[in-house]
Amino acid sequence: MDTIIFLIFAIIAVVCAINVVVQTHPISSAISLVGVMGSLAILYLLLGAEFLAAAQVIVYAGAVMVLFVFVIMLLNAGAEAKKGRSFMAQLLGVPLLIGLLGLLAWFVQRLYPVGTTVHFGGFRGGTAQDVGRALFTSYLLPFEVTSILILIAIVGAIVLARKELD
Amino acid sequence: MDSFIVISLIKVVLVFAVLMTTLAYLQWVERKVIAHIQVRPGPYRVGPHGLLQPLADVIKLITKEDLMPPYVNRPLYLAAPFLAITMALLSISVIPFGPTIEVAGYQTWMQLTDLNIGVLFVLAASSMGVYGIALAGWSSNNKYALLGGLRSSAQMISYELPLSLAIAAPLLISNTLSLRELVERQSGSILSWNVLHGPFPQIFSFIIFLIAGFAETNRVPFDLPEAENELVAGFHTEYSSMKFASFFMAEYANMITVSCMATLLFLGGWDAPWPAAYGSSLVPAVIFAFAGVVALYHGMHPARRRDRLTLPAFGIIFLIIAGIFLLPMVQSWLVPLFWFCAKTGTILFAFMWIRGTLPRFRYDQLMGFTWKFLFPVAMVNLLVTGLLVALVS
Repeated sequence: MDTIIFLIFAIIAVVCAINVVVQTHPISSAISLVGVMGSLAILYLLLGAEFLAAAQVIVYAGAVMVLFVFVIMLLNAGAEAKKGRSFMAQLLGVPLLIGLLGLLAWFVQRLYPVGTTVHFGGFRGGTAQDVGRALFTSYLLPFEVTSILILIAIVGAIVLARKELD
Repeated sequence: MDSFIVISLIKVVLVFAVLMTTLAYLQWVERKVIAHIQVRPGPYRVGPHGLLQPLADVIKLITKEDLMPPYVNRPLYLAAPFLAITMALLSISVIPFGPTIEVAGYQTWMQLTDLNIGVLFVLAASSMGVYGIALAGWSSNNKYALLGGLRSSAQMISYELPLSLAIAAPLLISNTLSLRELVERQSGSILSWNVLHGPFPQIFSFIIFLIAGFAETNRVPFDLPEAENELVAGFHTEYSSMKFASFFMAEYANMITVSCMATLLFLGGWDAPWPAAYGSSLVPAVIFAFAGVVALYHGMHPARRRDRLTLPAFGIIFLIIAGIFLLPMVQSWLVPLFWFCAKTGTILFAFMWIRGTLPRFRYDQLMGFTWKFLFPVAMVNLLVTGLLVALVS
């Protein structure tokens, strides 16, 4: 049962991810990205990280992607025109993609030896308490640095917007 | 295992049927309440006091022509109402309505499923529901619909922040994310409900939650996405027949969800305001008996001729219900269900009351209100609550 659900949502995630690139209209790409986020949340849920799954849907599929869709709607961006690809892209695209995937597979193989398997629901540190404690103890520095990074981005956005007004 | 599946199926069918009936009749109640606020009778023609009006509306909506305007974005135009209604109905699945119930030897909770992230599940479903409205506005290829969709997504993103912060404060006190445990932590009397319970009574977050909930459900005074004097009908301008009806149902289902969440988070769920030892389990019987006696009295002195028949009939029905509430074998689950419905119904009535009395905000006022007032207040409330909880425990 778990394997079947995993396969269904893994396939949905991959198909949506390809669709993000293939679609010409920005709204369709954004909706496909929502599909990727949603199916990733289901995969987290299968592994036993229920808080992470809920946060994935609320923050990424909910808030971030709604902002994306909002901006696309506000700018009324149309479908992009298909341009003829350059000779070099046609020649090198497929070999480079295969090379990249091969490298990824090699790294995964190296990092995780053959013996390790993933168990569905095997992850036990996924409750809100565990995540909260981890954020405020062992990952406190990355957490605070990220929040300062976001603050810098907000200040930058305000500076850019004020220039427009003057 | 098999009995679990059968019980779950029965519960799903039951909750769905009750929810759909409530959705239809909520609309009748709303029209009646607003009509009486505006000193007019409201729906009156179909059935006694217009009681069959929802049925007539459903038949009308189903048999209406389903128009598909040209130049719409077909897949998204079709998916948007589906998305809106699905996400609105999804949140009901984690809402607990009462304690355990025992039917023919099987003991089960009056809840479809208890997730240990129930609160987050409801938030996630509501944040996905924005897509229904935003995409409906965009895919309709209509400038009014687009403006409605834009307004709605901006409004929902903005009001989700104070809403989440207002939810976080009572969670700090109860220390759980499961909705059923949340109610169990508040059991006792009215003083142990989160809205009045120490160390810091959550009266501010209750009010912030309600205000943000009004905005999340696009209700007056925050119904800018469908402001009819500016935008025709807003995001659902181009929709007709059942597609229009699904937006309508989604709005009412969201209203019910917000009211249920307010009841569960702040008002102690299905707990009575005072312990059963002091007679709180007799309250529903007394209320229904009183209503029955009033109806019978007015049936004796009818103002109109047809009241001679309808009012005594309703009076007898109310008296029978009062008798059922006194039966000891159903009292253990019927009385908590009554309190849950009473609290949720009071908040739903407040929704209608406000729609009947308040004018609509201007759009910049709407945005300024949440970012400059509601969000800071919710933030301060959360900080004070966190500080007091940390000091007390």
